[in-house]
Amino acid sequence: MTPQFLGRCLYDLDDYSPEEIVYILKAAKGMKQINMREYKKIPTLRGKTICTLFIEDSTRTRMSFELAANRLSADVVSFQASVSSLQKGESLQDTVYTLNAMGIDLYCLRHNSPGSPQMVHKYSQKPVINGGDGRHAHPTQALLDIYSIWERYDDLHGLKITIVGDILHSRVVRSNLIGMIKLGAKVTVCGPKTLVPGGMESVYGCKVEYDIGRALSGADVVMGLRMQFERMTEGLFPSLEEYSKHYALTKDTLKYAKPNALIMHPGPMNRGVEIVPEIADGEHSVIVEQVTNGVAIRMALMFLILGGKA
Amino acid sequence: MQTLIKNAMVYIDKETTKLDVLINGKKITKIEKNIDAPNATIIDAEGMHLFPGFIDLHAHLRDPGNTYKEDIVSGTKSAARGGFTAVCAMPNTDPITDNIASVEYIQLRAKEHGHAKVYVIGALTKQSKGEEISEMATMKSGGIVGVSDDGWCVQDARLMLSCLRYAANFDIPVIVHPEDYALAGKGQINSGRIATKLGLSGITPLAEEVIIARDIMLAESAGARLHIAHISTHGALELVRNAKTKGLPITCEVTPHHLVLNDEACLGFDTNTKMKPPLRSERDRLACVRALKSGLIDCIATDHAPHADFEKEREFDHAPFGIIGFETAFGILYENLVLTGEIPLSTLVDRLTKNAAKILELPGGEIKTGVAADLTLIDLNASTTHTKDNILSKSKNSPWLNKPIVSRVKYTFMNGKITYQDSEDD
Repeated sequence: MTPQFLGRCLYDLDDYSPEEIVYILKAAKGMKQINMREYKKIPTLRGKTICTLFIEDSTRTRMSFELAANRLSADVVSFQASVSSLQKGESLQDTVYTLNAMGIDLYCLRHNSPGSPQMVHKYSQKPVINGGDGRHAHPTQALLDIYSIWERYDDLHGLKITIVGDILHSRVVRSNLIGMIKLGAKVTVCGPKTLVPGGMESVYGCKVEYDIGRALSGADVVMGLRMQFERMTEGLFPSLEEYSKHYALTKDTLKYAKPNALIMHPGPMNRGVEIVPEIADGEHSVIVEQVTNGVAIRMALMFLILGGKA
Repeated sequence: MQTLIKNAMVYIDKETTKLDVLINGKKITKIEKNIDAPNATIIDAEGMHLFPGFIDLHAHLRDPGNTYKEDIVSGTKSAARGGFTAVCAMPNTDPITDNIASVEYIQLRAKEHGHAKVYVIGALTKQSKGEEISEMATMKSGGIVGVSDDGWCVQDARLMLSCLRYAANFDIPVIVHPEDYALAGKGQINSGRIATKLGLSGITPLAEEVIIARDIMLAESAGARLHIAHISTHGALELVRNAKTKGLPITCEVTPHHLVLNDEACLGFDTNTKMKPPLRSERDRLACVRALKSGLIDCIATDHAPHADFEKEREFDHAPFGIIGFETAFGILYENLVLTGEIPLSTLVDRLTKNAAKILELPGGEIKTGVAADLTLIDLNASTTHTKDNILSKSKNSPWLNKPIVSRVKYTFMNGKITYQDSEDD
């Protein structure tokens, strides 16, 4: 049976079966071909209105969603606010009521509060694509990451994927773990103990390593995560220098991984901190390709959820 | 005026016996089979249970200052609907209840318009700022039954020691909401699997346990009576067990929600599962149930904490902590602990009545002749609808909203007067 996506929300990948995830990947493949044409536009969502509701800044993700919508010929409106203004003034509830009154068909939400996409759906009764909610989930990023792996390996079953960095604060990791493991990959997360939350193994069925050598051993795919300076002042690690020394993706640490291991990073990168330039720009890196794939994945989701015609 | 409650299953000394209870004026005057009282108003209580009115050591009535959430009238009406006849009002009002005038305001309002007895807890420090000791001796002469800064847990150990010494001097029980702010951080729910999964900051059990360990040591040194509010972790219970074994005058309470729910209830991001202390792990919940049964936990208190819809209808991490509790306390515990066989009915009733009363030396908690007729008549075989329309609290922030509650309070009496009467049609 063909999976049904019409009118569904995407809060996280929990709600999607492996078959549905693969279906999305296949749809994205078609979208990627459209994006490689000289005229990158199809009329499939003409007359639909998509709102990018960004309560937390993210120019790159917002552009990716908006390009995706534009290429499907949907009308796009953008609402941007800082959390502080939303705190002082209108509540999220009232914001959604207001936007909904203008006839939005689909919301793409970025917000730093976990669970906010569910709220937007509750108040709008419209499908919501989660574009990142706090540390909780970032399913479109996970799908584009999975797509990038799938494009290379065709199947995730049995692949060893290692994700290194600030696991505690990463929504990218959480969604990726759900999706990758659903598709049969064996995932290891790695970072200093202060940046790995409790219960990872039992929640996700992943492995946790605190030593990068052990973590990377035999990896087919290696993903670095952005290390943020704020974590220092929060008392979670002492310095970027010390962090790099133990957890950066370098020629030396990657010796443990398979020689042709795929190198990934969700961006934006801190070159020289979690990944050195020669690796980020090396022949096995798909970091730039990930961005390209992001547009295709978001097009596929909008197309499927809004019931576009092929 | 006389009221005769006929054929109720009357709860006396852990047993229920089919008896009649005669109320004359404010007091219970006779408990016998087949009482004949021709002038009395008769209440047919066939098939129902008559319990001592429940006593809640920990409630937020929000009056004065935040009466859009609750006030003394609505709060005590809600209490009466839950079978409570006495509640202790926490001092985090606006202004803070840290002086005799504020204490008297609450007492006066409750006396004139309340549907339950209201006992006042005074602030431990002035304005609960954790800087200077409150005028607790003066407030005690005005009738407070304990002191607490509740949610503003005193972080300064030296000041806490001083407060405990001063309170001991005047024999005032000190109630502590144990929370180390640095350890709790910006936590939203219990730390652990569920917080990891939801991407919410966790509140480690250590935040609670570190302060309990500290305050037990300080109270021992000060010779003070310490009551630990809403205990929630197995580690905290270990600390209390050790203190009690030593013979220290330490008591503790648990909320109904910590006995019935664990942090998995937070999985849907319902802000009515957000409170302090947070819902803990299943291991912690089971430890609380065992401790309630063994008597390590002395009593049950609701921590009734009303918040308006517009405050709870927020992003999870921006919503306030706390849930209402009066109207579900007995029902959810009866359903989830008594009917499942985890604890006997007598444990539930005693922990809601005389054991609570004993901690703060409050009257009530037992059915016998000569005492105030503070009673609640409950149909254990019926159920209650817990909807926004039926809840008597001004606020509706309950994780059991729109869920059926097993058992139904038919009547509540305070000093012989009906404070709640079930209307058939809700």
